[in-house]
Amino acid sequence: MTPIRNGTVIDHINFGMALKVLKIIGIKGENVQSTVSMLLHVPSKKAEWKDIVKIEDRELDPRELDKIALISPNATINIIRDYNVAEKFVVEVPNIVKGIVRCQNPGCITNQNEPIEPEFIVESKKPLLLRCIYCDRIMTDVSDYLI
Amino acid sequence: MSQDFKGKDLVAIRDFSKDKIERIMDLAEKMVPIAKGEERSKLAVGYVQGSLFFEPSTRTRLSFASAMARLGGTTLGFDQPGGSSVQKGETLADTIRMVDTYSDIIVLRHYAEGSARLAAHFANKPVINAGDGAGQHPTQTILDLFTIRKAKKKIEGISVALVGDLKYGRTVHSLAEALALFGANLMFVAPAALQMPKETLRSLEKLGVTPKVFNTIEQALPDADVMYVTRIQKERFPDLAEYQKVAGSYKINNALLKDAKPELSIMHPLPRIDEINPEVDQTAHALYFQQAFFGVPVRMAILALLLGVID
Repeated sequence: MTPIRNGTVIDHINFGMALKVLKIIGIKGENVQSTVSMLLHVPSKKAEWKDIVKIEDRELDPRELDKIALISPNATINIIRDYNVAEKFVVEVPNIVKGIVRCQNPGCITNQNEPIEPEFIVESKKPLLLRCIYCDRIMTDVSDYLI
Repeated sequence: MSQDFKGKDLVAIRDFSKDKIERIMDLAEKMVPIAKGEERSKLAVGYVQGSLFFEPSTRTRLSFASAMARLGGTTLGFDQPGGSSVQKGETLADTIRMVDTYSDIIVLRHYAEGSARLAAHFANKPVINAGDGAGQHPTQTILDLFTIRKAKKKIEGISVALVGDLKYGRTVHSLAEALALFGANLMFVAPAALQMPKETLRSLEKLGVTPKVFNTIEQALPDADVMYVTRIQKERFPDLAEYQKVAGSYKINNALLKDAKPELSIMHPLPRIDEINPEVDQTAHALYFQQAFFGVPVRMAILALLLGVID
């Protein structure tokens, strides 16, 4: 991979989650004007394997960071400006997850066209445990339920 | 004290502390003669209960209506969504906003889990959850506790066997947690496939309670002071023959009760199908009809406290 001039490198993504990360940040093809690179199943010092995503000319907003934290709590964000790492931090799972995850319970009122955002209390960050404030259902894997 | 209740919602049993549940039960005790019609009350004259039943219910709906009437208040609402604006596709949020302006307190039974929490979000008036799908049914839990306290004079130290479908009925989970909070000894009697879920067992452990787990009623019977029977639903089984085998072994009849303590009380949230043979109705063990009646004084107490018409 070539170094990027401006943009974001998302490192230490749980392996297998890179495509989900691209979906979170809305990389769909026709709307992308800059280089996007992705490494899958790379040896990692921290975990056994990891994925990496690099996006040129793009920084992430808090909502995207929260979503990445939910599917990959150890991911690190490197913001690159003029070839240098301007900022580096680990994503953080928020205490309340609102409006970014759908409840997996199909019988939950939040899945019935009501004018509310789904909302969860984070009971545990590692391992991830979300409790729907409406139906009380516990969710542990949210990767298929991101909004 | 009333300030602790006035205007509050009752969505899940854990919304209320043990002290608050005790306060409700103490007040329910005083409501019994009024609920029986032996005394009259004008506590809630001029107050309106909005009663929204999106799902059929006999006991819960009628006991709420009776409770409000016994307090001198009135009830408006529907007992099936057909014929209301709901059928035209109105959201629950909008229905609640409307009823909120027509009434002083809202009682909601809805098929979707979490619907009562949503209603509480949109309503300014107190919302009482009268059952949200497979979710919570807190007034049932409180009336169950009240029934045990009334029959046994206490809850602490009483051995309660929960029998039947312990896996899917979440009202049984809340009841188990509430009983643990009040210091009862718990026994869980269910076929392996329908035993209490691990999360409930974990929350019971946190309360310092380790329930005994059995597969047959006979194992729990000799020690039980109270046997709380729930219905095993056919739709839980992929195979009808398997259902019949399991359901058949969880039926209570007089022959089985020979080995029970003479003071054993049998409870059931009703409706029953065939879990309890009607011959048991005539015995001193049968507590389920009284339990259904206690729904009225308990709901009177809850209405009076949430409306703030009593201290």
